[in-house]
Amino acid sequence: MKHLPAYFTFWHILGHYSLKWTAYLVLAFLMLPIVIIVPLSFNAEPYFTFTDGMLALDPAAYSTRWYQAIFSDANWLLSIKNSFLIGALAATLSTVLGTIAAVGLSSPVMPFKRLITALLLSPMIVPLIIIAAGMFFFYTRFNLVGSYAGLVIAHAALGVPFVIITVTATLSGFDRSLYNAGISMGASPVKVFWDVVIPLIRPGVISGGLFAFVTSFDEVVLVLFLAGPEQRTIPRQMFSGLREQINPTILAVATLLILISIALLVTLEILRRRSERMRGTEF
Amino acid sequence: MKTKLKLLAGTTALVLASLAQAQAESMTVVSFGGAYGAAQKEHMIDPFVAETGNEILFEDYSGGIAEIKAQVEAGNVQWDVVDIETIDLERACSEGLLEVIPQDILPAGDDGVAAAEDFVPEAIASECGVGVIVWSIIFAYNGAAEGDKPATIADFFDTEKFPGKRALRKRPQVNLEWALIADGVAPADVYSVLATEEGQARAFAKLDTIKNDIVWFDSWSQAPQLLNDGGASMVQSANGRIFSAIKEDGKPFEIVWDSHVYDLDVWAVVAGSEKKDTAFEFISYATGSKPLAGMADVAYGPTRKSSTPYVDASVNEDLPTAHLDQGLKADGIFWADFGETLGERFNEWMLK
Amino acid sequence: MTPSALDANDTASARRELRRRKLTAFLFVAPLLLFLVFAFVAPIATMLVRSVYHPVVSELIPETLEALKDWDGEALPPAEARAVFAADLKRLAGERLSGKLAEEINRALPGSSSTIKASARKLGRMDDAELASAGGAILAAADAAWENPKIWKAIRDAGAAYTPDYYLTALDLEMADGGGVQPRDGAKIYVDLYTKTLRIALYITVLTLIGGYPLAYYLANAESKNANMLMVFVLLPFWTSLLVRTTSWIALLQTSGVVNSVLTGAGITRSPLEMLYTQFSTVLAMTHILMPFMILPLYSVMKGIDPSYMRAAMSMGSKPIPAFLKIYLPMTLPGLSAGVLLVFIISVGYYITPALVGGTDGQMISNIIAFHMQQSNNWELAAALGSLLLAMILVLYWVYDRFVGAGNIKLG
Repeated sequence: MKHLPAYFTFWHILGHYSLKWTAYLVLAFLMLPIVIIVPLSFNAEPYFTFTDGMLALDPAAYSTRWYQAIFSDANWLLSIKNSFLIGALAATLSTVLGTIAAVGLSSPVMPFKRLITALLLSPMIVPLIIIAAGMFFFYTRFNLVGSYAGLVIAHAALGVPFVIITVTATLSGFDRSLYNAGISMGASPVKVFWDVVIPLIRPGVISGGLFAFVTSFDEVVLVLFLAGPEQRTIPRQMFSGLREQINPTILAVATLLILISIALLVTLEILRRRSERMRGTEF
Repeated sequence: MKTKLKLLAGTTALVLASLAQAQAESMTVVSFGGAYGAAQKEHMIDPFVAETGNEILFEDYSGGIAEIKAQVEAGNVQWDVVDIETIDLERACSEGLLEVIPQDILPAGDDGVAAAEDFVPEAIASECGVGVIVWSIIFAYNGAAEGDKPATIADFFDTEKFPGKRALRKRPQVNLEWALIADGVAPADVYSVLATEEGQARAFAKLDTIKNDIVWFDSWSQAPQLLNDGGASMVQSANGRIFSAIKEDGKPFEIVWDSHVYDLDVWAVVAGSEKKDTAFEFISYATGSKPLAGMADVAYGPTRKSSTPYVDASVNEDLPTAHLDQGLKADGIFWADFGETLGERFNEWMLK
Repeated sequence: MTPSALDANDTASARRELRRRKLTAFLFVAPLLLFLVFAFVAPIATMLVRSVYHPVVSELIPETLEALKDWDGEALPPAEARAVFAADLKRLAGERLSGKLAEEINRALPGSSSTIKASARKLGRMDDAELASAGGAILAAADAAWENPKIWKAIRDAGAAYTPDYYLTALDLEMADGGGVQPRDGAKIYVDLYTKTLRIALYITVLTLIGGYPLAYYLANAESKNANMLMVFVLLPFWTSLLVRTTSWIALLQTSGVVNSVLTGAGITRSPLEMLYTQFSTVLAMTHILMPFMILPLYSVMKGIDPSYMRAAMSMGSKPIPAFLKIYLPMTLPGLSAGVLLVFIISVGYYITPALVGGTDGQMISNIIAFHMQQSNNWELAAALGSLLLAMILVLYWVYDRFVGAGNIKLG
C-alpha cells in the first residue's frame, strides 16, 4: 500500500487514510486496557489511578509493594498453585481424550460426523452459567463439588472443543495414506496412532493443549460454583477482589498474567510455524 | 515414552495424595474481610493457629445466609465456622443450617466470672451462635465535601437538600427500617409497621424516592471505598469500616449515629461441618476475654464484660454502645419470619 | 452367474470392511463422548429436569397433601385436613424444616412465608392431642391468613412434584384461578430481562462489526510484515485473561479513574462522569473482549480474497462504495456471518463482565440466573431461566452450524 494507484481520486485517497486511521484507532482501543494496567500496578498508593507523583515520574510514587503483597499472601500463593495444577491436569485430560477423538473424527467414514462434531464443540457455545448450574446440581451427587477432581473434570470438558479444533486442523493436512499404509502392514490402529500419527500432529496437539490450559487457567464461573475454599484459583481470587476490596495487588497479578499471555502467544507462533514447515515437507 | 508416562502418572498420584491430605487438615473460617477481618485474623485466627497447630483457611463473604443454605441443601458443606449477623442468625438457625453450640464449652472470663454471667445476654441468646461483637450500621459522609452536612436519617433520604449518590447494601435488611424512620415512623414502632402490608408498601415507596440515586454494593468493604473515590456522597456502612478509614488512613469521613441499627455478630458452625469439634474449640478460644477485646481495634464492642479492662478507653466514644439511645436494635426474629417475603419483594423492586 | 456371485461376495466384504472402519473411527471418539456425557451432557440434563421436577414439598408434608386431595379448592379445607397440617407443621418445626416449607410455599404465594414461620414457632410449643382435635382453630388463632383458602391452595399446588410454574414465572406468567394462564401482576421482569440481554448482545455485535471490519480489511491488505506485527495487537488482548481486561476497564472507567481524570484535566467535563457500573460500561468492556472473535474470522476470509477484483472494478470506473457493496462485501459474507453469530452467541450468555462492571443497569440474564443460584436459592427458577436461555443459544448454534459449520471455527 506504499504508493497509491494512479487512478485514485481525492475521495479514494481520503478513504484510504480514513481506513488506515480507523484501523489504528481500533488497535489502540484493543491495546489501551492492556497497556494501562502495567504502570498502574507499580502505584505506591492503594488506588487504581495515576497519582500526581506518578504523572510527574517521581520515583517515590512508584513501588513494587503490590508484587511483594502477592508473594506474602497465603491465599494468593494457594490460588497460583491451584491455577497451574488444575490447568495442567485438565489440559492433559482434554488433550489425551480430544486428540484420540479428533483422529476418529477426521476419518472420512466417521458415522454421524456432523452431529458428533457439533456435540463435542458445544461446551464452547453453551453459556458458562448454564454449565455451572448444571454441574453444581449433578456433581453434588458424586461429591465432586468442592473437590479438585470436580474442577479438573469440569475444566477438561471446557477444553475439549479447543483440542478438537486445533488437532483436526492439523489432521486435515495429514496424509491419511500413511495411516492406511500402517494398518495394511498389519499394525494395530493404536500402534499406528502412537507411532505414526502422533509425531506428525504433535504441534497441533501441543497448541490444543495450550488452549485447553488457558481455558482452565482463565475460567472463573465454574470455579465460583464448584470450588471450595481450598480450590481457589487466580481468576477466582481476582473476581472476589474486584467485588470486595479493590487494591492494586490485583493489578500486579494482572501484569504477571499479561506476561504469561505474551509467553503463550510466542509459543503458539513457534508451533504454528513448525506445523506449517512440517506440512510443507509433505507436499 | 512409556517411562515418561509412568513418571507423569506417578507425579499426578503424588500431587493428588498431598492435596487430599491438605484438604483433610485445615478448617475454613468465613467472615467479612476488610479491617474487621484483619482484626479477627490478628486476635483470633493467628493466635489460635499458633497455639493449637490447626490449619485455618480464612475466607471472606458478604453476609446473608444464601451461601450457607446452598451448601447445606446441596449436601456439600465447605465452610466450618461462619461470622453471622444476628439479623440473619435466627433464620439460619430455625432453618436448620447451623449446628447447636453447647454453651458449656465457653470458658469463664479472665476475671473468673462464669461465661453465662460474663457475656451480655444477647450474645448467648441463640443456641446456634456465640456473640463476637456489638456493631452498628450507620451512614457516613465525606467531611471534606462542600455544602451542608447531613445529620439525620431523613437527610439521607432528602436528595433535594443533599444531592449526590447514596450507597446502600443490596439487601432489604436495614434499608427498609431506615426508609420507615425517614418517613416518620418512630424507631420503636418500625418492626410492627413493617409487619403489615401497608407498612411494607410505605417503606418501598420511600425507597423509590431515592432509587435513582442509589449505588448498590454487596460487601461492607466497598462502603469506605465508595466514599473515598467519590462513587457516593453518603454511604451506609458498618461503623468499624469508617472508624478504621478515619483512624488508620486519616480520611476526613464523618459518622452519623442518628437511627443507627445496632446488632451483634456471632460465630456459628455450619450444619454438617466435618470439623465440628475443631470448630467448637476455635469458637471457645475466639470468644475468650482477650481475643474479644481485640475487636475494639475497629470500634466494635466486645460481648464479654471481662473484656473491658483490655480495651483502650479512648475508643469508648466510638463504640456503638456509647450511642444506643439514638439507635434501633436489629430484630432477628422479625427477619427470620419476613426475610423470605421481603427479600423476594426487594429483588423484584430492584429489577423494576 | 459366476461374475455376479463374485460381485455379491466382494460387496459383502467391502461392506464389512467399511463397517469395520466406521467402528474403528467411532471407537476413537467413544472415550471422549463418554467423558462428555458424564461431565457435560448429564449436568445440563439434570438442570432441565430440575426446572420442572421439584418434589420437596411433597416430601415434607405428604400427609397434609393426602388429606387435601379431595378438597375442591373453593372454600376452606375441612377441619381434619387443617389439623393434619397443623401436626405436620409442628413436626417440621421440631426438625427445623418449617423454614424450608415456608420458603417453598412463599414461591407460590408471596407473603405466606412469614405466616408459616410465625405459626410454626407458636405450634412448636403446643400439645399433640390438642393439635389433633383443634388444629385448624389453633392455626387461625396464630394467624388470620389460615382462614383464607388462598394459602391452602398454595400449599396444595406447591405439593405437585412436577410443575410448569417455574417456566411460567420465567415468562412473567401465572396460573389463573379458573385454569389457564394469565400475565403475572406487577411489571414484566424476566421477559424484559431477556429483551434487554438480546439488545445488549446486539449493540456489542454491531460495535465489534463497526470496529472489526475496517481493521480486518486493513490487516488483510497491509504488507505482510506490517500486518503480522499489527496482528499481535489483536492476538495479545485475545490471549489475555478476561479478568485482567475487565480489571483494566474498572481502572479506566471508575469515578476517579483514568478516563475521568483525562476528561476533567482537559476541561472537557466539569465533574467526573458516571461510567462504571452502568449498561454503558458493560457494552464497552464486552465489545473490547469480543472484538477479536469478530476480527479473526473476517481476517481469514479477507486474506483469501484477491485484491485485484476490487482494483479491476475501480480501474474500470466503478465508484468505491458500489464496488465494495457489490463485489467485496458478498465475498466476505462467510467470515462476516461467522463473526456476527459467534459474537452474538457469546454475548447473550455472558456473566463475568456484567457482574463486575454492570452495576444494576447492566445486568444480563446470566447474572439473574447466578443470582437465583447463589443469593435467593431458588434453584428451580434458575434452572427454568437457564433452560430458556439454553434454547435460545441452541437455535443460534443451529443457525451457526447451518451457515458456517461448527467445525470451521478458527482460533487465531
